[in-house]
Amino acid sequence: MKWWHWALIASLLLAVLSPLASSSPDGLEKVAENHGFISQAHSAPFQVIADYVFPGIHNETLATILAGLLGTIVVFGIAYGLSWLIRRRRSGHAG
Amino acid sequence: MHIPDGFLNTATIATTYAVSAGGIGYAVKEVNKKLKEKQVPLMGVLAAFIFAAQMLNFPIAGGTSGHLIGATLAAILLGPWAAVLIMSCVLIAQCLIFQDGGLLALGANIFNMGIIAPFCGYFLYKLATSLLGDSRKGRLIGGSIGAWGSVVMAAIFCAIELAVSGASPWKVVLPAMAGIHALIGIGEGLITAAALSLVMATRADLWQPLKSMKRSEI
Repeated sequence: MKWWHWALIASLLLAVLSPLASSSPDGLEKVAENHGFISQAHSAPFQVIADYVFPGIHNETLATILAGLLGTIVVFGIAYGLSWLIRRRRSGHAG
Repeated sequence: MHIPDGFLNTATIATTYAVSAGGIGYAVKEVNKKLKEKQVPLMGVLAAFIFAAQMLNFPIAGGTSGHLIGATLAAILLGPWAAVLIMSCVLIAQCLIFQDGGLLALGANIFNMGIIAPFCGYFLYKLATSLLGDSRKGRLIGGSIGAWGSVVMAAIFCAIELAVSGASPWKVVLPAMAGIHALIGIGEGLITAAALSLVMATRADLWQPLKSMKRSEI
């Protein structure tokens, strides 16, 4: 195992803990509630895994964990792939 | 601090999209020049860590929660331009897959948390390590200060966008956003210092060498 395999596993474990997160409004939401502009917010025109709850799963804890794990893997893949592509383009020019 | 749709006016949406698109384009060029091969997995792992950590809202005073942004951590470890790309990956995935942050507000969210936050955090970190010395202590204190400042500065820019858009008056939204995020930023500082000390203890070689940094990067 390379060091970053462990780091990825640690991030996935963090995602498993996501149901423990505070459900209180965040800083911006709180300010918007206190100062009367929260009602101006529109919901998204489409929903994929809205609010980090995997659709079609009744157990909300499990649905949140699944959403977190999927997101962590997808974001890892995008960032790794993008960085690899960006680097590869340079090697191509140099060679 | 993810802005939903409906808060920003068209001019703010257009401006922030244009600036963020330009910022990402320039970041791709900079990363292309500087990223080392062994840093590629770190890009992926940092993005994954930041995504997962952003799901973990921690409670702060008054029925409010906050979560890590992570921009300063990424900027310290890989440089501010690489951090722009990492944060953009996270914010775009959050917007498109998880409907966290509006589609029209994505430009503003990338600008605040993906451009302002890493550069502000990085600048404060560099300032602190130049004053305190580039020691373990200096790096941890600098990282905490940078992380705190990055959250407050991102909140100030968020408030400016809300005020310009007419969502809330300047004198209300600016102190409210800065005040609440001055508290949330303490959490950012603690988590950033913990993550930095973990990296120093396990993989100090991954740390961006300080001598290769130029002023132009700030």
